[in-house]
Amino acid sequence: MARAHDIGGLKGLGRVEMEQDEPVFHSEWERRVFGITMATLGKGLFNIEQFRSGVEEIPIVPYLESSYYERWIATLERNLIRAGVVSEDEIDARTTELSHRPETEVGRREEPEFCEMLLGAIHGGMSPERELDAPKGFEIGDRVVASGTEVLTHTRLPRYVRGKTGVVVRLDKAFVFPESNAAGDGENPEWCYCVRFEAEDVWGPNAENAAPVYVDVWESYLVAA
Amino acid sequence: MGEHDDTVNYPSLRTRAIESLLVEKGILASDAVDRVVSTYEEDIGPLNGARVVARAWSDGEYKTRLLENATGAIAELGISGMQGENMVALENTSEVHNVVVCTLCSCYPWPVLGLPPYWYKSPEYRARVVVEPRAVLEELGLELDDSQELRVWDSSADIRYMVLPERPAGTDDLSEEELTELVTRDSMIGVARAGTS
Repeated sequence: MARAHDIGGLKGLGRVEMEQDEPVFHSEWERRVFGITMATLGKGLFNIEQFRSGVEEIPIVPYLESSYYERWIATLERNLIRAGVVSEDEIDARTTELSHRPETEVGRREEPEFCEMLLGAIHGGMSPERELDAPKGFEIGDRVVASGTEVLTHTRLPRYVRGKTGVVVRLDKAFVFPESNAAGDGENPEWCYCVRFEAEDVWGPNAENAAPVYVDVWESYLVAA
Repeated sequence: MGEHDDTVNYPSLRTRAIESLLVEKGILASDAVDRVVSTYEEDIGPLNGARVVARAWSDGEYKTRLLENATGAIAELGISGMQGENMVALENTSEVHNVVVCTLCSCYPWPVLGLPPYWYKSPEYRARVVVEPRAVLEELGLELDDSQELRVWDSSADIRYMVLPERPAGTDDLSEEELTELVTRDSMIGVARAGTS
């Protein structure tokens, strides 16, 4: 069991198609979706984990059939509705109105101070690193097993390493724990680690064309092997 | 795909519906939307990463700092920002080739590479590059030597990875600025070599 986004190792997908001289955005609405998302994230209406979780709630068939920024529209709507700032009925009604009068201009309002704050964050960063007093549970070289527990809400442990054994190769900082923050239960930071999994341990004996995979993992996803 | 003029399709209508409602409710700053978009269309892109790579090729001490503390070394060139707060640089050599993916979504080092290309975000790349990386790289035009160890890095947490590609042979006489022109976006993801388009 996993949500639609957790597709590492999924078989049956076709070639990777590259677009030559690809533009940053493919249409005006993609520009606006990206900008609206960044601006409403910046207002604190939802957090990045809730945004990702909203993408993951898309059922797998529409997930695979929709474009990248169509998935952003879906999670943007979900998160704005959950934040209580707009209702689905309002969005539906406005969409219908606009389809009848597509020439209608979208209104404008400006907030220069917020704009400067947001641009400052874009250029300066907003690290999810947090102070943590607890000692690190693992050291470089430790053999660890990734949790095999099913998680049906937001998680950052890819399904393809669940229950698999690997070796800690890098100690990272303590970062906000996504499962907790997505659920609105606070940041609850944990130490993070980079774990190397050998191809045959992940994919089994048919892994001759595979390679070791390095996965970044929060501490509570790991137990000592 | 290129640019579409599609003001009446469903995603466009839906987006305009959301934007107009948020503006009316006094929640959305239109100037912030404009500025964010123009920042990623015009200011932040793979040229930043190319400058980092060219500096590392030209200055051995800088390269050492980049591999030990990528975030700090990148900041020395005035490059920092959202989705690049915790960077790790991976060195490609004749022995080891690194390639980067985010299987769960689209995590990518924005300050050095800009926003990710469509193929990087596609289910095809995300699903396949972890389980059949050599086949994916061959499809994308990169044949590795059998002796090269391939390593796949899944950006599943808050580290953002950039690849330091191998410096192409025969470039000893090039200036740092000339070297910058050899560094492609794809070479810094690990799906191409530097010096090839």
